[in-house]
Amino acid sequence: MSNDVILSVEHLMMQFGGIKALNDVSFNIQRGTISALIGPNGAGKTTVFNCLTGFYKATDGDITLDAQAKLTSVGKIMGEPFQVTDFVSPPKFFSRLFYKMFGGTHLVNRAGLARTFQNIRLFKEMSVVENLLVAQHMWVNRSMLAGILNLPGYRRAEEKALDTAFYWLEVVDLVDCANRLAGELSYGQQRRLEIARAMCTRPEIVCLDEPAAGLNPAETEALSGIIRRLREEHKITVLLIEHDMGMVMSISDHIIVLDHGALIAEGNPDEIRNNPKVIAAYLGADEEEVA
Amino acid sequence: MSASNSIDIKRCLIDTVLAGLISLIVFGPIVGIVLQGYSFDLHPQRLAILVGIVMAGRFCLSLFLQTAYGRKLAHSMQSKDSGVHVLPAGHKSALRFVIPVLILLAVCFPFFANKYLLSVVILGLIYVLLGLGLNIVVGLAGLLDLGFVGFYAIGAYGLGLGFEYLGLGFWAMIPLAMILAAFAGALLGFPVLRMHGDYLAIVTLGFGEIIRLVLNNWVSLTNGPNGIPIPGPTLFGLEFGRRAKEEGHIPIHEWLGVSYNPNAELIFTFVVLFIVVMAVLYVKHRLTHMPVGRAWEALREDEIACRAMGLNHVLVKLSAFMIGASIAGLAGVFFATKQGFIDPSSFTFFESALILAIIVLGGLGSTLGVVIAAFVLTVAPELLRSFAEYRVLMFGILMVLMMIWRPRGLVRISRNGYAIRKGVKP
Amino acid sequence: MDGIFLQQLINGLTLGSVYGLIAIGYTMVYGIIGMINFAHGDVYMVSAYLTAIGLAVLTFFGLESFPFLILGTLIFTIVVTGVYGWTIERIAYKPLRNSTRLAPLISAIGMSLILQNYVQVSQGARQQGVPTLLEGVIKFHVGTGYVQLTYTKLFIIIVSLVGMGVLTYIIQNTKLGRMCRATQQDRKMASILGINTDRVISYVFVIGACMAALAGMLITMNYGTFDFYAGFIIGIKAFTAAVLGGIGSLPGAMLGGLILGVAEAQFAGLVNSDFKDVFSFSLLVLILIFRPQGLMGKPHVAKV
Repeated sequence: MSNDVILSVEHLMMQFGGIKALNDVSFNIQRGTISALIGPNGAGKTTVFNCLTGFYKATDGDITLDAQAKLTSVGKIMGEPFQVTDFVSPPKFFSRLFYKMFGGTHLVNRAGLARTFQNIRLFKEMSVVENLLVAQHMWVNRSMLAGILNLPGYRRAEEKALDTAFYWLEVVDLVDCANRLAGELSYGQQRRLEIARAMCTRPEIVCLDEPAAGLNPAETEALSGIIRRLREEHKITVLLIEHDMGMVMSISDHIIVLDHGALIAEGNPDEIRNNPKVIAAYLGADEEEVA
Repeated sequence: MSASNSIDIKRCLIDTVLAGLISLIVFGPIVGIVLQGYSFDLHPQRLAILVGIVMAGRFCLSLFLQTAYGRKLAHSMQSKDSGVHVLPAGHKSALRFVIPVLILLAVCFPFFANKYLLSVVILGLIYVLLGLGLNIVVGLAGLLDLGFVGFYAIGAYGLGLGFEYLGLGFWAMIPLAMILAAFAGALLGFPVLRMHGDYLAIVTLGFGEIIRLVLNNWVSLTNGPNGIPIPGPTLFGLEFGRRAKEEGHIPIHEWLGVSYNPNAELIFTFVVLFIVVMAVLYVKHRLTHMPVGRAWEALREDEIACRAMGLNHVLVKLSAFMIGASIAGLAGVFFATKQGFIDPSSFTFFESALILAIIVLGGLGSTLGVVIAAFVLTVAPELLRSFAEYRVLMFGILMVLMMIWRPRGLVRISRNGYAIRKGVKP
Repeated sequence: MDGIFLQQLINGLTLGSVYGLIAIGYTMVYGIIGMINFAHGDVYMVSAYLTAIGLAVLTFFGLESFPFLILGTLIFTIVVTGVYGWTIERIAYKPLRNSTRLAPLISAIGMSLILQNYVQVSQGARQQGVPTLLEGVIKFHVGTGYVQLTYTKLFIIIVSLVGMGVLTYIIQNTKLGRMCRATQQDRKMASILGINTDRVISYVFVIGACMAALAGMLITMNYGTFDFYAGFIIGIKAFTAAVLGGIGSLPGAMLGGLILGVAEAQFAGLVNSDFKDVFSFSLLVLILIFRPQGLMGKPHVAKV
């Protein structure tokens, strides 16, 4: 079964100054599942997300992504500090130097992991289609010369990118808004557009950070439908952070519960619902209600 | 903030008196007292005029803001509406009518222009080039480059030094200057663009000043403040002077068998420069439709989101910075050729500020606006010599007012629309 | 060799304490609204003119004794420069509080041009000067040569240290200082707690301008000459000092100023004085590459 793991997190630690935000968190995400990361406020969910997606450099631990037919270590492509042994082994040294100079968050995405943001980060003054075209930057013809001379190969790549963009707009039901500015859309539409944009980077796993926050029940229902469709029609693995327990329990195959930076429970929705530790964490914290 | 619509004269008067007092304190010592050695002269008259202008202006502003229209305007400035709009699919720019007219004008121009007019228009075109280059960097990519003049100087001195030490001429230096300036841009930009925020502005400001200081102080290489001569341009080995300066060359008028025209060199520079400006305009137009142009604008909007989508933010920004730098290098070659002689005093911070003023007036990110603004700001001071003293002051006021009034400049930013497709499969 | 080193150390400390004073303006403004106030160097330039004007006017009215003359000029310069700081903020930055990121920067460049040209037009483009106020010099014999410490330099070092001390006290112990620190840490939260953040921002500009005024007066006393362009280079250097110390950090600005002043003076004395400005700018780039958070700043963590 272990070859079906798309993302494995081992002994993840994260410290901000003296504060331990994450303490020895380990979990695996199976390919083709919908997993949810839940926990009371301040449990470290978004910190885990930021470590996975390469926005924070984890203090310790390994994150391995098995996508696009290769294994990627998130720590390595973020640029690790030099080790003494590097100075006797030039290939290792140059590899580290390369990642120090050119590595970073973007390589995580190129390795097949896309994400959305808790506080929506669309390009507000660009049109909806343009948002989706920017997301396909790595998939179009970026040659300056071909673009300036408008060569056929370049035009074909652009056409293809437009097709992909409109396909995903149809999936999230935004085709009619294609030529509006992203900033003009309603909140729910912006959330859906962000998912479409993440999908345009052609990932194998997508991490959604509170996709249902601020949506009304009907919109949440539509969102659940979209997420299910991602898994069923596109074989995408989904990992989401969510506070809406109704939604989490109905769509997830696997739930991971964090509290105070540590993993306290893991399992399918029924197991989690009856887990005394989870109930204590939620009721004890007195901030969230268990649905 | 009273609910009534009546005009509160008392408040206007209080505002006016306060403004008068402040301006008295601010202008009083500097304008009213002029240093003469260790002593001073009093100039109460011009102080009174200045304070009077400020008070009158404040009174009118105060009155205006209380009218219904003024309130509406103040409200619209508070709101975040940026005035960006999406064009319908297949929209054709008005430039397609303007460009043929411009080309026609440019073809006719050399026939009736005199030497002075030619050199003024060449200068204007050089600033168009600089404006377009900086526009890519500031307007599209959102990077504030205050050392643009440094790359301009690299181009100009590249031609001068390249001729002196390596015997390179106008044509060889055009691509070389672009490469050289782009390389300098990469060297400077790569470390700085990794960091967030506005450090780029201050580093480029320092860079522009370093270039000038090096040109000024490295006397053995650059001849320091005395400057260096620049060779005239050639066309397939034909020179434009009355007599050939280099052995084996012949002047073009002898080769053509026509009489000597003293404007020939300027006309030639004008023609080449015009073609280059047109080419850069076209490239700029294409860039806004290309993936890299979209990536620049996306980075300007939200860098974090771009990184999450696989864009290497450093390299994408660097590409804008380098393209801008290479255009400045190109402009430098033309400037040197036009002047025939260059020294470091042509490359002060003031030049960078002038180019910035051009793109601010022209609208950050807009092409036609930049072209018009470049001509307005460079040609108008040539024609209104008596205002030369106040030129920098005007640029400064213009920048502040433009930023307050409309941070995006005078021309609306429009985005490309796309025809809607339904039922497509990727 | 040792003589040159010691002499340049004294010169460097003098220059550095002045850089530190100007750097305070950059670092406080950057800390509170995250913007480089390009006009700050020119505020310093204006204060140099005000010093000369103040001295000339007071001397004209027969004030001859050094302490009163200096005190009078100091108060005059600080008050008027403070008003300049307030006015600049009010006109060029306040309307742009919620604007795009580039707008206040461009506005600041515009303001810098306005100040330069306005002084040039009203006072003339020629160099201006002030007479030497403090005669006298202390000489130390070092090896075969000697090192001079003029009274002016001693005065500059003492006064700028006192100035920095007063500011540190204000920031650490007064209500105004607490408001500034709160606004710097979290502007939204501070305004929720009832702090008028707009006013605090104005105060910060005034404080920065006052420190620049002190610097302007001191440096004018030392060099004796200045022109309308004087603020440009010294502005970039003071910004370098602020970055070196860690932008946003008050003690960092002072420390950064001293280090930059000494480093620059040593470079000028031991290597080449023509390229000392180039040296300082290169230092700025190197700091930004290798230690962007500076000596005393906190590393920047992007909020996602």
